[in-house]
Amino acid sequence: MKIFKFGLSLVLAITTFYALNTKLGSLPPLGKFLSPNQGVWQNEITESENNKEISLKGLTAPVTVKYDKHLIPHVFAENKKDLYRAQGYVTAQHRLWQMEFQTHAAAGRLSEIVGETALNYDRTERRRGMVYGAEQKLKNWETDQEVMDYVDAFANGVNQYINSLKPSDFPVEYKLLDYAPEQWTRKKTALLLMYMTKMLAGGDSDLEYTNFLKKYGKERFDLLYPDFFDINDPVIPAETDWSFMGNATQTPIPDSEMPLDYIKKTIEKPHPDNGSNNWVVSPEKSYSGNAILANDPHLGLNLPSIWYAMQLTTPEQNTFGVTLPGAVGIVIGFNEHIAWGMTNATRDVIDWYKIDFEDKTNSNYKYDNAWKATTKRIEEIKIRGKETFLDTVTYTHHGPVTYDANFKGNGEKVGYAMRWTGHLGGQNQRTLLDLNTSKNYDDYKNAIKKFVAPAQNVIFASTEGDIALWIQGKFPNKWKGQGKFLMDGSNPEHDWQSYIPQEYNAHTKNPERGFVSSANQHPVDESYPYYVFNDGYEAYRNRVINDFFRSKDKFDIQDFKDLHNNNFNLQASELLPTMIPVIEKADLSSDEQNMLSKIKSWKYNNDIDEVGPTIWQIWYNTLAELTWDEIKNDSIALDYPFKYQTAYLLKNNPNDKFMDIVKTPEVETASDLFLIAFKEATTKLKEIESSKGTLAWGKNKATYIGHLLQALPAFSRHDLPIGGYSGIVNATSENHGPSWRMIVEMTSPPTALAVYPGGQSGNPGSKFYDDLVDIWASGNYLKLNFIQDKNQTDGIIFSQTLNPSNE
Amino acid sequence: MNKNTKNFVFTIIIAYVLSLYLPWWSVMLAALISGFLIPLKKGAVFFIPFVAIALMWIVQSYMLSSANEFILAKKIATLLKLNGNSTLLLLATGLVGGLAAGVSGIFGKQCNMLFKNK
Repeated sequence: MKIFKFGLSLVLAITTFYALNTKLGSLPPLGKFLSPNQGVWQNEITESENNKEISLKGLTAPVTVKYDKHLIPHVFAENKKDLYRAQGYVTAQHRLWQMEFQTHAAAGRLSEIVGETALNYDRTERRRGMVYGAEQKLKNWETDQEVMDYVDAFANGVNQYINSLKPSDFPVEYKLLDYAPEQWTRKKTALLLMYMTKMLAGGDSDLEYTNFLKKYGKERFDLLYPDFFDINDPVIPAETDWSFMGNATQTPIPDSEMPLDYIKKTIEKPHPDNGSNNWVVSPEKSYSGNAILANDPHLGLNLPSIWYAMQLTTPEQNTFGVTLPGAVGIVIGFNEHIAWGMTNATRDVIDWYKIDFEDKTNSNYKYDNAWKATTKRIEEIKIRGKETFLDTVTYTHHGPVTYDANFKGNGEKVGYAMRWTGHLGGQNQRTLLDLNTSKNYDDYKNAIKKFVAPAQNVIFASTEGDIALWIQGKFPNKWKGQGKFLMDGSNPEHDWQSYIPQEYNAHTKNPERGFVSSANQHPVDESYPYYVFNDGYEAYRNRVINDFFRSKDKFDIQDFKDLHNNNFNLQASELLPTMIPVIEKADLSSDEQNMLSKIKSWKYNNDIDEVGPTIWQIWYNTLAELTWDEIKNDSIALDYPFKYQTAYLLKNNPNDKFMDIVKTPEVETASDLFLIAFKEATTKLKEIESSKGTLAWGKNKATYIGHLLQALPAFSRHDLPIGGYSGIVNATSENHGPSWRMIVEMTSPPTALAVYPGGQSGNPGSKFYDDLVDIWASGNYLKLNFIQDKNQTDGIIFSQTLNPSNE
Repeated sequence: MNKNTKNFVFTIIIAYVLSLYLPWWSVMLAALISGFLIPLKKGAVFFIPFVAIALMWIVQSYMLSSANEFILAKKIATLLKLNGNSTLLLLATGLVGGLAAGVSGIFGKQCNMLFKNK
């Protein structure tokens, strides 16, 4: 009996231990997780340790880190290697989990952390060659010893921080998911830059376009997806003279057949709104005679934020701005001499090739009338709680065969291979480091030369008074129409034949109009000698911005702030005057009358208290779905036409066949759609009004900033009172928008305002986790404390000293 | 001092000392040791270590969290569907620690019984 009781109590104790020490489903291991000595209670900390001395191996001299009241570190080192080692250490202190999670996401390793639900995602990332791309990057970087030294110093700084941690110190997400950080490597830095490359240059519609072309023909395609809109206010001013490009020639069109296949389901694309605004006015157009530059990259809104602000200083350089946790140096910012910013230079840098394999082993593929051998990469995807999944990805000279018999393909012996500038490597880390130390236009011009992908509109201003913008990236020199559709992977003429020489990348310096801007619109007009096709270019924000800068002679800081926060809905202002008269003529119920009078009084501003934007957006969405019902209801992958072209067709081709709603016996025109959509929208709006109690835009848009891990509500911020929308200069939509707003006036030294929707600390237990969110949402900024003297104590709340260690 | 009080105080002392060096299960070990050395009777076998560790965890957690205005506690209480209520999270913490200690207390007592009989 005693033995039995003993056994029973032993089993009970072991079971209890197991249950409380193991992650069960989505529940963390509760014993570990809730214990005060090891669990989340240890993360209940706001950073504040004053005068902390830390010893760091590999430093040559002490490094001082001063934190201001928003926990922005101001790092003072004696040389660059110390500086970047300290950058690694300091960044890891605040953003370790995020750094690792993002690079795991880039590497297709999320299944390791969250289990089988991420398997499809991981396979997609492997199959688009994310790890391969990172390896190509590293190969390039390794030819540049100086860059490698800094990347390694950074990694070492991160690792010294990781190695100083006890499990009780791990960021809360590790405790929640019950795993531990691994060592940081140079490859992870490359993976982070791949993560950005995919985010910004990882989208294309070639296969969707091919499906459309096959189904509807070329004439219909050109109408819906034109190379140029009827309006175009390009990044590089239309009046630019290209004659300096004397011998520039477009690749001639080969005389050959294109494969026309149906591809049912395509891989997931980055958010279509990933983009940005930037602009700069020349000294002549500035209230003070100093150039003024602004930038706001529009990205997914997450916590911890994609950006981490820092000041990085040595006796030779003093640079301030935002970093990407995991990359070395400042990415967008300024120093004592220059300021720079980036917007995404969307271009078609992904093309797809149909591959004919010799047999189902995928060992050889047809190329130039012969069989060419493939190489294979076995991707090992570890899955939490399951056996490792092995995925063989075949590589051709084009790139990885993303789609094949094993993955979303069209059966045996057929594959679709991806050609992507993201796989070319390049020296992006070198560019970032050189921008940090640039002193003038020539330094800037040299710094950006080696930047390959994601192509960026790199805007520039200097204290000397120069302003400029280069559209920098490596761009294939395409024949007219090349790469819009699936190409023949066996035909050498379909390969990318050459690249546009870097010096012929479109750019502008000190243009006559006195300002430069970009907002992801068409980079050039039709006079640019090389072929650029419409890759879903923005057509609204750019016109609002440029019209603003054409509207008067001088601009001051308040003008810049106002423009960042400009909520004018140009699309609505162009389309509603055509739509409203149709509704006015129709028979309406009292609810509909009411809705009509509300939207008629709207002045096209997407401000939070307005109801007009809510009515407009629901009406327009319903209208777009009715217009493109053919596309929406098709079982093959198709893309909606661009927003601008939709509006254009509704106004100019009201009787087009596409206006008809397929499922009804009548033949509808645009006017019919306006009315049907209005009536449907009114019904939806009444429902919303009764469930939410309001039609106010702010409450209905309900912008939120989601935690990186599946937007865990507990670690996210919801219902932020901020206006704007996609396609508006204040491009804040539900979960996407200005991820860093910066205004720099080129005084000596420069004066800067900036803010981002997040906080410096990645710890949800810190008051610095989200302390900038409300400032951002209300349209305000921080005055950046650009410290010139490292002994300055103004505005500093605490500091750390990193001392060289003797070990 | 009666046995219950002795066990209670002893459990907290060992648990505290062990928790400085060992992971969360140090409280199980502590309850086991005191259950073995100071065997209790009936319900007390479970409830004394339960209350001791629940109290210790609640007090420790409260001290850590109140110094930071319960910022994280409220979020974790949302995460664990405790309505964002940090008091409920403290009680849950006590319950988990108490449960772990209670069953270890029973096991400690059974070890003691087995040992004594030899």
